[in-house]
Amino acid sequence: MNATSEARAPLLEVTGLAVSFATESALISAVTDVSFKVGDGEIVSIVGESGSGKTAALLGILRLTDRRNTKIEGSVTFRGRRLLDLPEREMRRIRGREIGFISQNPMTALTPVHTIGWQIEEQIRVHLNLAHAVARRRATELLDEVGLPNPAKALDLYPHQLSGGMRQRAVIAMALSCNPSLLVADEPTTALDVTVQAQVLELLRRLRLNFGLSIILVTHDLGVVDEMADRVLVMYAGRVVERAPADLIFEDPWHPYTWGLLASIPPLHGERPARLAAIPGTPPVPTDLPKGCHFAPRCRFRFAPCAETPPRQEDGEHAALCFIDPSGRPRLRAQVLNPSSGQAA
Amino acid sequence: MSADSVPAPLVEAERLTKRYVVGRTIMPGSGRALYAVDGVSLTVRPMETLGLVGESGCGKSTLGCCLTRLYDINGGTLRFEGVDITKSSRRELRPFRRRMQMIFQDPSASLNPRRRIGDLIAEPLHVHAIRPRADIPARLRELMDLVGLPAVYLERYPHEFSGGQRQRIGIARALAMEPSLIVADEPVSALDVSVQAQIVNLFTELRERLSLTYIFIAHDLAVVRHVSTRTAVMYLGSIVETGPTDLVFERPAHPYTEALLSAIPVPRARGSGPRERIILRGDLPSPLDPPPGCKFSTRCPIVVERCRSERPQLRPLADGRSVACHFPREESQDLSAQLHASDGKMLVED
Repeated sequence: MNATSEARAPLLEVTGLAVSFATESALISAVTDVSFKVGDGEIVSIVGESGSGKTAALLGILRLTDRRNTKIEGSVTFRGRRLLDLPEREMRRIRGREIGFISQNPMTALTPVHTIGWQIEEQIRVHLNLAHAVARRRATELLDEVGLPNPAKALDLYPHQLSGGMRQRAVIAMALSCNPSLLVADEPTTALDVTVQAQVLELLRRLRLNFGLSIILVTHDLGVVDEMADRVLVMYAGRVVERAPADLIFEDPWHPYTWGLLASIPPLHGERPARLAAIPGTPPVPTDLPKGCHFAPRCRFRFAPCAETPPRQEDGEHAALCFIDPSGRPRLRAQVLNPSSGQAA
Repeated sequence: MSADSVPAPLVEAERLTKRYVVGRTIMPGSGRALYAVDGVSLTVRPMETLGLVGESGCGKSTLGCCLTRLYDINGGTLRFEGVDITKSSRRELRPFRRRMQMIFQDPSASLNPRRRIGDLIAEPLHVHAIRPRADIPARLRELMDLVGLPAVYLERYPHEFSGGQRQRIGIARALAMEPSLIVADEPVSALDVSVQAQIVNLFTELRERLSLTYIFIAHDLAVVRHVSTRTAVMYLGSIVETGPTDLVFERPAHPYTEALLSAIPVPRARGSGPRERIILRGDLPSPLDPPPGCKFSTRCPIVVERCRSERPQLRPLADGRSVACHFPREESQDLSAQLHASDGKMLVED
C-alpha cells in the first residue's frame, strides 16, 4: 500500500509549521514545529484531543485562518510551490481545485438555500470553467462515485432532505469535483453513526486505491487511524509528540501520551479490565501551557528533566519528543498497556 | 433464570410505547404516528447495569426518558420498585423522582451559569428535604469527595470547570438524591478519550460503593461493553437483541448486532486480529415509515422473503438472550456461510 517514492519530492511537505493567534492581550501559540510529508496515494493521520492544535495545523496549511490576527510560520511545499508565500489569488485556485477539504460537520460546507447539484456544479464551473451541461454531467458522475443512490435525482435535493451520511458523501463529492491530488479531511466521520462511518471510510480507501488520492485525515479515534493511515502524527498541546508509520504507533509506541491514549480505549474483545487506564487531569489550555514538556503534568513517568523542552528522539521515520531513554521504554510502556501482566498484546 | 436468589426487579417495562404524531393539522384524523419506542419490554434488577445501544434515531434516549417518566407513555406498563407508575401524575411521581435520577451528555446545559456549584448541588436537597438543613454542608463535601472533586470547588461557578469536571458535578447532583436507579444518557460521549476513561471509571467505582443500578445509554459500544452487565441493542424503536453483555458482544445472535460490532474500527494493539467486516448498505429507514415485516429487513445481509412480511418477536434463546430475528445466530450456526452467499452484500476486508 505504501506508495512513497523516495526519488521524487513528496506531494506535500510541511516543515516547522507554527500557527499563532493574536488576542487582545497576547499572541497565543496553537501549533508549534509541525513537520511531515505526504506522498502520492498516502494517508497521513493526525490524532489528538480537542485543543491539541490538529485543526489549527490544517487551517494553517490551507491558509484558511484570518490573516489579520494569525501568524503562520514555517514552510508548506505543495507540488513544488511554497503555499505560505503565494498571493491569495493563487491560493484560492489551489484550494478546492488541487486540495479538497472536508469538515466534520457537512452542514458547514453546504448552503441550505441551494440544491446539492447547484453547489457541486458551481465549484466545477468556477475552477474548471466548464459549461453548465458538462458540469451537471460531472456532478452526476461524482454523486454516483460516492455512492449516493439515484444520483440524477439527488442533484435536485436540498441538504435538509439528505441524511447525515448522505450529506457527508455530497461534501466528499464536492471536495473531489476538481480531481484534487490531496484531500484534507477534518474528523470526517465523527458526526456519523458507526455503520455509516464504515461506508464513508470504505469510500475514502477506494478513492485512494483507484485515483491515487493522498489524504490527510484528522481524527481522535485510534480505531479509524489503524484502519486508514499509512503514517501517523500524534499531537498534544500544539506539538507533534510522536510521529511514526502506523504499524509502529500501535506495535512500538514511544511517547507516554500515545500509551495513555491506547490504554484509555475500552477493548471491544477479550477480557474486560476492572478499570480503564485513564490519563489523570485534563489537556492544558493554549493560554496556559506548562513549561518544558507540555504533557509532563499528566505523565506518571515525569522526572526532573521534564521541566525543560524534551529532545526529539529519532530512528528513521519514527520520532518522539520525550526524555525517556529508549532502554527503559519497554518496561515503562508495559506498566501502562499491560498493567496486570507482562503479556504482550 | 428464575432462581430463588434473583432479587425483585427495580424496573419492569412491558410493551412500552411512545408515539408522536407528526404533521397534524386542524383536520381531524390528520397527522401520522411515529413510534419512537415501539413495544419495548425490559427488566432491570438491582445492582445491574443495563447498556442501551443503537444508532442515532433508534429511540434509546426516548426510552430512557420514558423509563424515568420524564415523558408520558402511550402504551404498555412501567413498574418501578414494584409499583405501577405508567399513569402516575406528577404529584404521585414525586416520591419516585429522587429514587431515579438522570445524567445527560452535556452537563453544562443543566448547570445554571450564575449559581455556585455548592448551591446547584444543594438545591434538590432543599426541595426534597432529604436531610436536616444543618447537615447539608457536610453532605456537599461528602458528595464532592465521592466524585473526586476538591470541596473548595463548591464556591466556584460552572464556567470555571472543564467538560470532565462538569460531568462529575452532574453526577454529584444526581447522587445527592440517594437514588437507586441512575439513567445516564451518553454521559461520556462529549469528552476526550483520556478524560472519558476517568468518568467511566468513576461510574464503575460508584456502582460498587453505593450499590447503584444503571441504565447506561450510549452509541459507543466499547464503552457500553466495559460498564454493562447486560446489553440491549435497539433498532428503529425496538429491542432487537438483549442478554448478558459478554454473550451479546462475543457471539451476537442478531445480524444487526453483528454488523454494528463489525463496523467499529478497533486499534489492533488491543487484541483483535483482522476481522471480517459487514458493511450495511443504505441508511436507517424513516421511523415514520418503517418497513413491513422485520424493521431491519431493508439492510439485513441475510434477509429472506419471510422477513419482509412477518415481524419477528423478541423471544428467548437457550443461552439466556432474547433476539428478534427469524434466523438468530444460535439456530443457524452457519450464518457466515449464508452471509458470503448473499451476493456481495458482505465485504470481506483484508
